[in-house]
Amino acid sequence: MIAEIGQFVLVLALIIAGVQVVVPMVGAARGDGTLMAFGSRMAVAQAVLLILAFAALTHAFVVSDFSLALVFQNSHSLKPMLYKVSGVWGNHEGSMLMWVLILAVYGAAVAVFGRNLPPTLKARVLSVQAMIGVAFLAFIVFTSNPFLRLNPAPPDGTGLNPLLQDPGLAFHPPLLYLGYVGFSMAFSFAVAALIEGRIDAAWGRWVRPWTLAAWVFLTGGIALGSWWAYYELGWGGWWFWDPVENASFMPWLFGTALLHSSIVVEKRDSLKSWTILLAILTFSMSLLGTFLVRSGVLTSVHTFASDPARGIFILMILLVTVGGALSLFAWRAPTIRGGGLFAPVSREGALVLNNMLLTLACATVLLGTLYPLILDAASSGASRVSVGPPYFNATFAPIMVPLVAAMAIGPLLAWKRGNLRAAARKLLLAAAAAIAAVAATFIAVPDGPALAPFAIGLAAWIATGTLVEGSARIRLFAAPAAESWRRLTGLPRAASGMTLAHLGMAVLIAGITGASAWRSELITTLAVGETAQIKNYALTLQAVENGKGPNYNFERGTFLLTDRNGATIVMYPERRFFPVAGQSTTEAAIKTTLMADLYAVLGTSRTTPEGTEQWTVRFFINPMVPWIWLGALVMVGGGLLSLSDRRHRVGAPRRKQQHAPGVSGAPAPAE
Amino acid sequence: MRRFLAVSMILTAFAMAALVSGTLALAVEPDEMLDDPALEARARELSKVLRCVVCQNQSIDDSAADIARDMRLLVRERLVAGDTDSQTIDHMVARYGDYVLLRPPFQTNTLALWVGPPLMAVVVATLALLFFRVYQREQGARTGPEPLTPTDRAQLDALVEKLAADPGRPRRKSSLRAEIDHPFGAREGDSGESDNRTT
Amino acid sequence: MRRILLILPVVIFAVLIGVLAVLTLQTKDGRDPSLIPSALLGKPAPEFSLPAVAEDIPGGFATADLRGRVTMVNVFASWCVPCLAEHPLISRLAADGLPIYAIDHRDTAVDVAKWLKKNGNPYTAVGFDPDGRVSVEWGVTGVPETFIINADGVVIYKHSGLMTAKVLKDKILPKIREARE
Repeated sequence: MIAEIGQFVLVLALIIAGVQVVVPMVGAARGDGTLMAFGSRMAVAQAVLLILAFAALTHAFVVSDFSLALVFQNSHSLKPMLYKVSGVWGNHEGSMLMWVLILAVYGAAVAVFGRNLPPTLKARVLSVQAMIGVAFLAFIVFTSNPFLRLNPAPPDGTGLNPLLQDPGLAFHPPLLYLGYVGFSMAFSFAVAALIEGRIDAAWGRWVRPWTLAAWVFLTGGIALGSWWAYYELGWGGWWFWDPVENASFMPWLFGTALLHSSIVVEKRDSLKSWTILLAILTFSMSLLGTFLVRSGVLTSVHTFASDPARGIFILMILLVTVGGALSLFAWRAPTIRGGGLFAPVSREGALVLNNMLLTLACATVLLGTLYPLILDAASSGASRVSVGPPYFNATFAPIMVPLVAAMAIGPLLAWKRGNLRAAARKLLLAAAAAIAAVAATFIAVPDGPALAPFAIGLAAWIATGTLVEGSARIRLFAAPAAESWRRLTGLPRAASGMTLAHLGMAVLIAGITGASAWRSELITTLAVGETAQIKNYALTLQAVENGKGPNYNFERGTFLLTDRNGATIVMYPERRFFPVAGQSTTEAAIKTTLMADLYAVLGTSRTTPEGTEQWTVRFFINPMVPWIWLGALVMVGGGLLSLSDRRHRVGAPRRKQQHAPGVSGAPAPAE
Repeated sequence: MRRFLAVSMILTAFAMAALVSGTLALAVEPDEMLDDPALEARARELSKVLRCVVCQNQSIDDSAADIARDMRLLVRERLVAGDTDSQTIDHMVARYGDYVLLRPPFQTNTLALWVGPPLMAVVVATLALLFFRVYQREQGARTGPEPLTPTDRAQLDALVEKLAADPGRPRRKSSLRAEIDHPFGAREGDSGESDNRTT
Repeated sequence: MRRILLILPVVIFAVLIGVLAVLTLQTKDGRDPSLIPSALLGKPAPEFSLPAVAEDIPGGFATADLRGRVTMVNVFASWCVPCLAEHPLISRLAADGLPIYAIDHRDTAVDVAKWLKKNGNPYTAVGFDPDGRVSVEWGVTGVPETFIINADGVVIYKHSGLMTAKVLKDKILPKIREARE
């Protein structure tokens, strides 16, 4: 019954979305306020309906209604409740429903919170958002209906993969989707602006909170997924350049570029065409990712079991949405009035550099990801190459280095025309810190890849440079402490957000360097009571015991680690066997300290000819891995801080008369 | 992110037996490892660049699949037999094709892949250059200020003299004039001195 | 100039969609993204030799046996379900006079003996490859896999996965006929 209601509201949502496409667009063209307001109501209605539909599906999973085909395939009565719920989106149909739900919620959010938007723009934004909604709702209703019934209803389900029963894994998709789908707002704003035929500086201000929110969620989602892979997979890997991972990374790269270029639109009324294009491209990357995951053209651990027929549908959606938007751009961009001029060496110039490098990085990742597919298609399967981490590391890293180095310089340059020498002078401290870091690293870790200390130096450079900029803003040490404090608390949150986010990046880079460069590994067999040596630790297998969990049997090892000073750590890695699913998993024991992760894995056992039982034991020392997650968290924090800036809520000010420099009091706070 | 949604409904009718196993990790087993640490280190490095052909994006070093183990053993066998790194890699490619290389080889059918990024870098740099030189010039020409009247010119010259003579912060007359006549650093050799504040 | 720059994204995008469309349609028509083309096509069969499974099963063969006439090498295992499914087709091919050699992949002697006894042994010889070492020489990635070797000992075709009647009719038989000319 509830599932039928779910089905009904789903179709209703499709119809409402259709109305939402037409009515506000017509209203905007005619300047009819009632029709435009109707669009807002439709957006809210659509969101409500989809919440109901999603709730109906969730209900079916929660009560284990196996008469629903989806529940049968993806759930089981023995699954813990948390995973029954996360099973809702752990499959193609359910996750598509979540996709359109988030799309509708974003639209409703603009309808409700976008009070400061000019009515015509708002109406058009909602209309474009609804176009995407219609496309995907049609996709769901006609090819991927989650509410299909099975008759007769089977007694129990088949979806009990122990690998998926993990909190990190359960919540990584919703975060990712809030990110990916969030960029649809930037897309809708861009297309709406193109339809309006006018993009002014305020547009940059309006689109920012939505882009920032999406960016924050996507950063969190990617980091969470990476973290899950790290602790679940048993050897400490956390990024694999898998095609579907790349599909989430590319919108992130473009999204970061978009965040930065929209600043230029907002502050300087410049780079408008480029920013519009970027907004379209960012969401295109999201859609491309959706296609890759669900079409069956490539195999990946992330792909849903899919149907090429569905793939064709999504491709059509891509063609019309993105193709349409790009064509509209080609047609309308010349009407966009150019904006303020600026020198190459200026804050805008630095942001242009940022965009150039991020675009290049994204294009490189795109090339590496799609190339095997292109070659395969072109040669009809005769020619297959694979592009893996060695390629991406060789091409991506060199692009990131200048980008990251510029992060410290950019904020110190003035708008319009910057003084590189003055900025360099300010950054002497950062340069000194970088050199010191390089030297310290060489001394601390003399063996190891030669480039690693320079990467640490780079991280030190950004961290110090960012702090230098921040302290210059609050006149730290150049003015009385009270003054500095006053400035600090008065800083616009967007500025502090930037500082925090850039600092997070420094921490992330340090973490990535440590994790990649200085891992130590011990792989050996031990009998109970035996000891092995790794770096500063002596590892003893103290005991191995068997036991039973809720739906699994386990074998648990007790690893005793003694370091040079005699301090001990005990770790309990496990191997679990799930009888119903017939699968085993390893649960690594991880001890996280600030500087490193100790990572212990218990393997299979074998009996020697003499009769002793020996276990394969793996132990890793992963330096600075916790900094990766910490860095991502700090970046998310910076983004959230920035998002909470008053100006996003108050809205863009009316165009003011330009004051002559020096007339107004405090300098306009730059970002 | 891996193994995210185990595909239990693969539409293929045949079970490729060595597909991704439900177990995770536990790749290189102690009994595979060579006694010679230098050779073993080489084996590990080579394993990291060889793809497990039945897995979903793993190297043979990372994969627990049977085929991966067979390939690891083969790599070690070749190293012990005295093959160089590239000979060992070629040996694997002879059996499994280019697909086994995680780092795509540099050959005709991968030219675009390797030439692509540098080429795109050049394109991007060119576009940026065009943006600054051509587009902004046009913009400046279209929306720029009107030419200076003789009175304005005289006033500005007086100012230039004054600033140049300022004991607190002397400036070069030539650079001041350059700023007036060519804003936005259009001339080479412009030192970019300005007293814009950075905050 | 500006026009070109503006049209470029549309063009690039259209090309991309075209490629993806081709790929999707190919996948619809049976392209399996997890299968890779054989590196052995057009090359001589690898150097190898396999022992027999047991005394009473004709077996043990080496590279030299695959010469002089068109032969088929079928990689199978007793634990492999699709292998059982394609067994009747294999048997029919053997009955029609095609010498089929088998590589028994990662199996135990006892299990494969039982399997052959139960299902019939159409093979000219069965080679025992319990550790998969020889299978690696053939670039085998799973079971079942089937190779066609011509009279000169050159591998001319490889089929990965279950051999269906359709595959037999459309791909394998034509190749055999071609090789016999």
